[in-house]
Amino acid sequence: MNCERYFTPYQLLHCLLMVALSVSCVTEVLAANWQPLQKDNLHDPENPGLRLLQNPGDALSRLPVDSAGNKVDWVKAIQDGYINPRSELLKNKPVQILESDILLNKTGSIPRVRFPHKVHTQWLDCENCHEKIFKSKAGATPITMGKILEGEYCGVCHGAVAFPLTECNRCHSVPWEAGEAPSVGRP
Amino acid sequence: MGGRGSAVSGQALSARVKYLSSFRRMLLLVLLAAGILPGSPGYAEYADVVLNRRSDSAGVRPVIFPHWFHRVRYQCRVCHSELGFEMRAGANDVTMEEITEGRFCGACHNGEIAWSVDNCDLCHSASPGTLAGIRGGHQTLGPGNW
Repeated sequence: MNCERYFTPYQLLHCLLMVALSVSCVTEVLAANWQPLQKDNLHDPENPGLRLLQNPGDALSRLPVDSAGNKVDWVKAIQDGYINPRSELLKNKPVQILESDILLNKTGSIPRVRFPHKVHTQWLDCENCHEKIFKSKAGATPITMGKILEGEYCGVCHGAVAFPLTECNRCHSVPWEAGEAPSVGRP
Repeated sequence: MGGRGSAVSGQALSARVKYLSSFRRMLLLVLLAAGILPGSPGYAEYADVVLNRRSDSAGVRPVIFPHWFHRVRYQCRVCHSELGFEMRAGANDVTMEEITEGRFCGACHNGEIAWSVDNCDLCHSASPGTLAGIRGGHQTLGPGNW
């Protein structure tokens, strides 16, 4: 009788696909975050020098995880001492850490932006942003999301080297209180 | 009698539902497998910069500058403040002469801090013809005007 067969061809195919899928998922998860240089579609696989270069995964897999960009939480990495990047090469210039936060509130009805000076000054000098990209006077710089998406203002780094512009909530992190949000059309 | 009749039809129905749901599951599996098995396409690491103002025309591979490698070891300010690199891909007109004289990349790539300019292949490492610009996977290909 039919029911004595252990597997129907359909079940067998199903089983094989499940195994293939599991294997590919595991390899995908293991390799998902960082491509080896030979396979990144940028380096020349024929280049004999590649064997001397570090692969991203070798360094970045040891750092705190993030969901986007390099898949590394760079702020946590430097604050918790996973890395200790040098702050100067030859000049003996003291690092200036500024603790103040700036609240940007012309965001319409979506949450306001809290800009933390501290985490930025752990990497950058004041002169990297002021006065060329941002005026020091709060409110004096006409920042718009459109300009940021075009690579201006915050977009000089965010979307290029710092965490990408898909991470809305990391900047737009201060919700309006009830009744506080400006009405639509009056940002 | 009526009870037995409804039990039979209930069994048939549940078998039919089971068959349909397993068919759907199979279809989903096939689609998933088709999407994943060929492997994800390769992509550069986030914020890799390709420099190709002169390389291709000079007959050498274009340069890849990996931000990730350098920021593990140096804060942004070292290159973008002390060494004078503008924070805009394409805005730095760096020549091999300047590097050899110890400016820009040459401030470290001098055989003392990092490898010297004799190791052409280590920087000039991109596939020939790669366009200049900032690259990388993980949700961005760079803003509009990079």
